[in-house]
Amino acid sequence: MATMNPVIEEAVAAPHGSGGLWSWVTTTDHKRIGVLYGVSAIMFFIVGGVEALLIRTQLALPNGDVLSADAYNQMFTMHATTMVFLVVMPAAAAFTNYFLPLLLGARDVAFPRLNALSYWVFFFGGLFLTISFFVGGAPDGGWFGYAPLSTQVGEVVRMDYWALGLQILGLASVLSSVNFITTVFTMRAPGMTLMRMPVFAWMAFVVSFLLLFSLPIVTVGLFQVFLDRNLGTLFFSAAGGGDPVLWQHLFWLFGHPEVYVLILPAMGIVSEVLPVFSRKPLFGRSFVIFSGIAIGFMGFGVWAHHMFTSGLGPVAEAAFALTTMFIAVPTGVKIFNWIATIWGGALRFKTPLLFSLGFIAMFVIGGLSGVTHSVVPADSQQHDTYYVVAHFHYVLFGGAIFGLFSGIYYWWPKITGKLLNERLGKVHFWLMLIGFNLTFAPMHILGLAGMPRRTYRYPKGLGFEFWNLIATVGSYVIALSIAVFLVNWWRTTRRGEAAGNDPWDGRTLEWTISSPPPHYNFDTVPLVHSEDPFWHEKYGEDEAGHAVPAVAASSGQPQAGLADEEIHMPSPSYYPALTAFGLFISLIGFVYVPVGLVAVAGGLLVTLWGLFGWSMEPLTRDGHE
Amino acid sequence: MIKRARLRLSFLALVVLASVAGCSSADPTNLESIVDGDYPQNSLNPAGPQARQIDDLFWMVFWIAVAVFVLVMLAMLVAIVRYRHREGRDRPVKQVHGNTRLEIVWTIIPALILAFIAVPTIAAIFDLRSPPEPGDNALEIEVIGHQWWWEFRYPEYGFSTANEMHIPAGRPVFLSMTSVDVIHSFWVPQLNGKRDVVPGRISNLTIQADAPGVYLGQCAEFCGLAHADMRHRVFAHDEADFEAWALAQAQPALIPTEGPAAGGWDTFQLVCAACHAVDGTEATAQFAPNLTHFASRTSFGGATFDNTEEHLRQWLRNPSAMKPMDPDRNDLASGRILGMPDFGLTEEQIDGLIALLDSLK
Amino acid sequence: MSAVTHADPTEHAGHPPMPHVRKVAMWAFLGSECLFFGTLISTFLLYRNRTGDGPAAADLFDIPFTSISSFILLMSSLTMVLAHYASERKDARRMRIWLLATALLGMTFLAGQVFEFTEFVEHGLTVTTSPFGSSFFVLTSFHGGHVAIGVIMLLATAFMSFGGKLRSDGGMNVELVGLYWHFVDIIWIVIFTVVYLLQV
Repeated sequence: MATMNPVIEEAVAAPHGSGGLWSWVTTTDHKRIGVLYGVSAIMFFIVGGVEALLIRTQLALPNGDVLSADAYNQMFTMHATTMVFLVVMPAAAAFTNYFLPLLLGARDVAFPRLNALSYWVFFFGGLFLTISFFVGGAPDGGWFGYAPLSTQVGEVVRMDYWALGLQILGLASVLSSVNFITTVFTMRAPGMTLMRMPVFAWMAFVVSFLLLFSLPIVTVGLFQVFLDRNLGTLFFSAAGGGDPVLWQHLFWLFGHPEVYVLILPAMGIVSEVLPVFSRKPLFGRSFVIFSGIAIGFMGFGVWAHHMFTSGLGPVAEAAFALTTMFIAVPTGVKIFNWIATIWGGALRFKTPLLFSLGFIAMFVIGGLSGVTHSVVPADSQQHDTYYVVAHFHYVLFGGAIFGLFSGIYYWWPKITGKLLNERLGKVHFWLMLIGFNLTFAPMHILGLAGMPRRTYRYPKGLGFEFWNLIATVGSYVIALSIAVFLVNWWRTTRRGEAAGNDPWDGRTLEWTISSPPPHYNFDTVPLVHSEDPFWHEKYGEDEAGHAVPAVAASSGQPQAGLADEEIHMPSPSYYPALTAFGLFISLIGFVYVPVGLVAVAGGLLVTLWGLFGWSMEPLTRDGHE
Repeated sequence: MIKRARLRLSFLALVVLASVAGCSSADPTNLESIVDGDYPQNSLNPAGPQARQIDDLFWMVFWIAVAVFVLVMLAMLVAIVRYRHREGRDRPVKQVHGNTRLEIVWTIIPALILAFIAVPTIAAIFDLRSPPEPGDNALEIEVIGHQWWWEFRYPEYGFSTANEMHIPAGRPVFLSMTSVDVIHSFWVPQLNGKRDVVPGRISNLTIQADAPGVYLGQCAEFCGLAHADMRHRVFAHDEADFEAWALAQAQPALIPTEGPAAGGWDTFQLVCAACHAVDGTEATAQFAPNLTHFASRTSFGGATFDNTEEHLRQWLRNPSAMKPMDPDRNDLASGRILGMPDFGLTEEQIDGLIALLDSLK
Repeated sequence: MSAVTHADPTEHAGHPPMPHVRKVAMWAFLGSECLFFGTLISTFLLYRNRTGDGPAAADLFDIPFTSISSFILLMSSLTMVLAHYASERKDARRMRIWLLATALLGMTFLAGQVFEFTEFVEHGLTVTTSPFGSSFFVLTSFHGGHVAIGVIMLLATAFMSFGGKLRSDGGMNVELVGLYWHFVDIIWIVIFTVVYLLQV
């Protein structure tokens, strides 16, 4: 890795080097943890994609028999669970982990080992869910696990894998949230006020609060499901006096903020990419930030719009219709500001920009179909049909996934030092855009024509055949586009074009350092005077408000005389991975209670060992704190 | 490059079509014999006042959404075309940071549009949720969701049937609904939106068909293995025909005393009566559909299979081969019933049962 | 005007001292815990009258007894404050005494809970009797679990202070444990009010 100052490099003498499996298991470097999350997310994306292809193949024709009903129910449950918890969230975590410290001008997050723990807990959570396929069947009650279906058959452990899997993944997210919130509050570079923080950092910050406050609610609900299944409690048993609809409230009190967790990081990425590729600042920056905060708050007030057919009563339904409608306002503010950002710019249509523009178009469609959902009587037709499937894929795939790919192509050079191939990137984009719309646009029609969700087959004579076939063809086009991306990844790794520090003429601090960055990120901690600090170092403004190159000031060259500076970076540690492993063993034990209590105890012992070793170990091995 | 991608695309489509073409099984329903029209579950083809009210509201909102979409996309496309950077033609870019007035405008206008949509929405919510007036002469039907079939009880007439609901056209039908196991959802798109059917609670829905006809629907809340095969059919008749149907349904069964059907009745009492009821006999169990007038129905198995001898024979031979069920986990004591078991019936027993069922008109 | 100058190479620039950093984290975590217990309490409130065939609150609760154990827990917050005060003054011996006192009071509280639960079970209320039973026991058990973890942390802190293993910012560790302990106590006050006092 090239740094400007060989003395600093030697002083830091990274003990983990750049390879070796053990160095990855013990890393506490936020950048490597980000890479771990990112690679995991891409692998699970392929798994979730295969699940989707199986679903679409089954539904290509009426009365399909590619999958049995049992296999189908596992497929759609796991497709959703995988995409939400094992793809979009870790992908956002990958970017947040890698770039939050860099965007803030920091050397790492507040708690590096806790950061590693979050990854390993996630990793073992994903492994835990995957194991279920091989030990009698994956969860099959839907990703939302409505009671009492989810509590009905206690002797089959599939839904125990689901409940416990979600619990452990939630733990990983809560720990990350605490870490990122603390990082934002305490580790910004001098001069970086909260309002000078990049928008992606702001969105990560809001998302952390959303997770912090929404996960505990579903945590309680999941405990209640687990106890109903295994201990005979009566939380959701109608016969026992419980209320199944309580589960829906607890789930959606989490579930709705969760969808903002899924979209806000992508919106943050779009807010970073558009200005860079338009060569002008984000229009209405503070409004974009405040609308993100507003969405965060309001996101806690709309949950029952997932329950409009459950019998809430007209007053509650009217109230939630209103709150749902009005959350469209801050969302619209963002979209208008993004369009105003590209307006008047000098647009360079590189792949990151294409995906961000695709995001805007697709997200507008998804957002508008969401508004039609807020019209409660109309929703009573749309709910639980393919119209909803269309809506959320437009916002989560057309939105979040497109946004995340924008981030991948934008930040790939910084992470790897190489630029992804532009031509292949464009092929990927267009194929994905076409395939995506072929797959999901017809689903609006299918839903309104009366096709419900979560149905393993449909008969002839209902008019569902044509659009289902189109949707299936579209899904294969999506798969092709992903293959193009993977080819691009492969080729770039082998012989990609070197990126240099600043291939896009960027605006934020990560582009001031090498690609990939040195272990300690910045030679010296930057002093920040404005938002888009790097841009303002490179460019000033003339009287007409146009950008003009700034007088050549120090642009990344550290001054001589810093050679004696010692930078203390956190040392690697295996305790986070060990602690996570202990939790994993306990979890498996819980699935098979009461026999599994042995494993529970064993796992807890390992966890305690990990925690104890961790607390006794200094953060940095040479004794400094 | 794009051309090659397009070629790959069409080739792929062909491959998919070819391989998938062989992967579907015979259709157990011939819906064309039951309903007219290509989209019998089409919510955009309302056949009653409730569905029509929803339809009107939807189209209003839809067109507003289309207008918003067109305007926003137009702005984006104009920007993309007008402000693309052309190689070698560097244009100075004005570093605009924002415009507060614009922010206010594009906050207020969407809010106003939403307020405009909110008013009829809330009015419709209250309207659709209010039960029929006494003067409307509504028919009351009790709907009970089971895994994976629908029970319909007619308190005014005193009988119970399954999966096929008959209603009088031209007056409201007030449904009181619950479930005995998990949450289901009753939905006949042409007659109204859907309503969840929750164990331990009673939920209500008013449906009304303007004219006689057949209106199809299916369960719309995931309820387990055979959720996709839990359907229902609503037959609307003019008043006289409905009355005739209802009175006939209220009659007890006449069990044949000789011939294969009589043998079938012996088998029935031995095997089937534990779960199925036939009014007028000692078979009164309500775990499974009431079969008193089975022969009068067009379908069975959650309205998933046409009521033909061939289908019945297949069903009686091995129910789970036709419809995905899990009867090994049945526990009558706790009320958990996940389908009809395979009783290992002989062909002779099946013959008898089919003759019996055929007699239950 | 250049925005990014490489100023004084102090690596802690903009980075407040670690004790402050840990406090921010603890507050964030406790915020999350508020929602956790809020959900458990809400579930209880929904189910408080669904007693099925089993006993109700009025049949079981011994308010004087629970008041005493609540008082004991409240007193443990006082000893916690004293422990923190001692640590601020670097009086390790006093700090340990008050930490142990806090732990002892916490354990007494837990013993009272265990006794109370066994009484309820003997009188016919278990976790499977009714939604009231389920929600009562799950809520109070989770709280008890939090108290138990707090006791472990108190003992660990006291133990680690022997031999100076507690870092020079040892006052900070005690402060963190104190934050957690006070939170657990406040949650109990809410539970005692909502579950016990408002039912009978």
